[in-house]
Amino acid sequence: MSVFSEVALAAPVAVFKLSQDFNNDQFPNKVNLGVGAYRTDEGKPWVLPVVKKVEKVIVHDDSLNHEYLPILGLPEFRSSASKIALGEDSPAIQEKRVGAVQCLGGTGALKMGAEFLRRFYNGNNNTKTPVYVSSPTWENHNAVFANAGFDDVRPYKYWDAANRGLDLAGFLGDLESCPAHSIFVLHACAHNPTGTDPTQEQWQLIAEVMMRRQLFVFFDSAYQGFASGNLDKDAWAVRYFVSMGFEMFCAQSFSKNFGLYNERVGNLTIVARDADNLKRVLSQMEKIVRTTWSNPPSQGARIVAVTLTSPELFSEWKDNVKTMADRVLLMRAQLKAKLQALGTAGTWDHITEQIGMFSFTGLNPKQVEYMVKERHIYLMASGRINMCGLTSKNIDYVAESIHETVTNVQ
Amino acid sequence: MATQVVISLCLPMFTPRQEVPRKDFCPPLRKTQTPGRLTWQGEVLGVQTPGFTAAVRLGAELLRNWYDHCAAWCGPVYLSSPCDDSLAGIFQAAGIQDIREYYYWDDQQRGVCLDKLLEDLEKAPERSVVVLSASAHYPTGADLSHNQWAVITELIMRRRLFPFLLLPPQALCYGNVERAAWPVHYCASQGMELLCAQSFSHCFGLYGEAVGHLLCVLKQNSLLLSVQSQAATIVKSLWAQPSAGGANIVATVLSNPAHVVEWKEEVKHIVERCMLIRELLRERLRLLGAPGCWDRLTQQSGLYCNTGLNEDQVEFLSQRRHVYLLPSGCLNVSAINGRNLDYIAESIHRALTTSL
Repeated sequence: MSVFSEVALAAPVAVFKLSQDFNNDQFPNKVNLGVGAYRTDEGKPWVLPVVKKVEKVIVHDDSLNHEYLPILGLPEFRSSASKIALGEDSPAIQEKRVGAVQCLGGTGALKMGAEFLRRFYNGNNNTKTPVYVSSPTWENHNAVFANAGFDDVRPYKYWDAANRGLDLAGFLGDLESCPAHSIFVLHACAHNPTGTDPTQEQWQLIAEVMMRRQLFVFFDSAYQGFASGNLDKDAWAVRYFVSMGFEMFCAQSFSKNFGLYNERVGNLTIVARDADNLKRVLSQMEKIVRTTWSNPPSQGARIVAVTLTSPELFSEWKDNVKTMADRVLLMRAQLKAKLQALGTAGTWDHITEQIGMFSFTGLNPKQVEYMVKERHIYLMASGRINMCGLTSKNIDYVAESIHETVTNVQ
Repeated sequence: MATQVVISLCLPMFTPRQEVPRKDFCPPLRKTQTPGRLTWQGEVLGVQTPGFTAAVRLGAELLRNWYDHCAAWCGPVYLSSPCDDSLAGIFQAAGIQDIREYYYWDDQQRGVCLDKLLEDLEKAPERSVVVLSASAHYPTGADLSHNQWAVITELIMRRRLFPFLLLPPQALCYGNVERAAWPVHYCASQGMELLCAQSFSHCFGLYGEAVGHLLCVLKQNSLLLSVQSQAATIVKSLWAQPSAGGANIVATVLSNPAHVVEWKEEVKHIVERCMLIRELLRERLRLLGAPGCWDRLTQQSGLYCNTGLNEDQVEFLSQRRHVYLLPSGCLNVSAINGRNLDYIAESIHRALTTSL
């Protein structure tokens, strides 16, 4: 009799199950609009040219070795990554109150931030402190915070399905009425899954309430540069909050904007009140890291650090990022145009108003099922599509399919 | 693929059954009958992790969530005395607070004291988890013999304890990959369920690339998918996926026979250098007339060695001779070389003969 005989079969992760179903599908014109990774117009993954170049430089550099990195990670990665988020000339950085922890991807950064907050944020036991995540949000947010020991992970109003936009009143209402010291997970840009971000004015309103009610700001920044094609523009919200004087965390991922998905390159940027606070926070972070992965992997971080610290490579990287962002913008424009040309019922402005990799199409579960089963187009049950899955070869088929679905299925 | 070839390092009689889409999970393996080899009935699951600590952490989380699920198991976990001082923290971070010790290293005997070890494990509550080093025990370098393993595993089975084996520097003891994994092999052949945390830091020199692996041996084929799915759920909330770089290197080497030959040669080179240093150090100490018997230097193997120096002597070495050892008196043999051997031997001699 096994000691594991009571182990229940866990539900598969939806997005991976979708990819699996797609892979098993024999239909020749099948389209995968589910996965959250960039694809070229040929429908293939794209190793950024600057990454390929830097990998070769690293491999031929005999002065490098595979010794353990410090617990908090590669120093030049941590500082250059934080600069990308906060800006080269950020006053907070100049005041030496910004630190960082190299983590295993954006997930690892969220995990470290969550573990720290649970232990130290408001007193030394925050298991009951509410953590608010947007409704909807990236489906792993809940699990990361719950597993870090937070009992109370709740949604805050965000997506207005009726109007296909931000429910600002609901969001602000939740900020006003939440318990004191609540933690809020904010998407820095290119909200996943809705693609709908607050405007600058709306961010200002959000910040005002959060400052007044002393709520904790935890940014999740997975798409910087990828959303608009411009790094600074995509970092506006994060930098605004820093300029307002918040102490905050920002979990950064370099999976998408460097295409380094499987190298797990993440950074938890910490903005503290002063250098002394920062020092103590980092010392506790070390202890948390030590019992999770001990030292982070160096390969991906080194690629990012070398790129960000060389003016030519940095410039080349920005071009690569813009290439990806531009292709997404093109697909958005074309999809909307085609749907309008087909006379598909409903308004499709949200396709170009939304930003980043994802779009919340507004298709309901029955319509999604029709798309998958009848048209072999794979998307999430929420109606979320990955714009990167669209190519010049499949966009007509997808547009026609959406048209047919909306017409025949209610 | 990475995890598939890694499992064959531990349990060589397995052959893969099928491909699965996710690279970081091993396809369920089937045992094959090899005449004269150990055979057994279980199934094997492998999970690639970002390093050894992460493998231990995943194992700890899996146990805390699923071991003896109905009884809401929460420990105790037994660690050897001494052990890697980060281990307790890892289990605690996973939510298991009840960490205890079992007797392992005996200062008098300058080795493992089996009797006291058995005594401690005999008293362990049923369902305790026992963390055992499969080879190259850190920090003492003192390993269990095959006979000792047989006795210990018999106790573990009789007392219904659960073994969690550690295999950090595989092959660095004897230069022989299979020999280092023998305890894993043996436990599996006895029909035991077990977890085993592996690292490729030392045997591939890939310290900074975080290449680890958690092996899970189960009794029932039917549980493989459930346990795998729960491990995936846990991984998702820790680091989502492991890092690919280092694992790709390991997988590429291990799945190519020519590379494997080259790798084993390079590992042998490391091992032989360590053995040579041990011999030379022992000889120097003997020539200096350093008190005590230094045979243990060559009886132990691998990277680490317990010199037997006490805290005062260790402090003397660091303060007065600028030679830094771990407080336990353990040192990394590979840090000794042609240029510093004499100075180190002389320093140890002085530490032992100066009245402190």
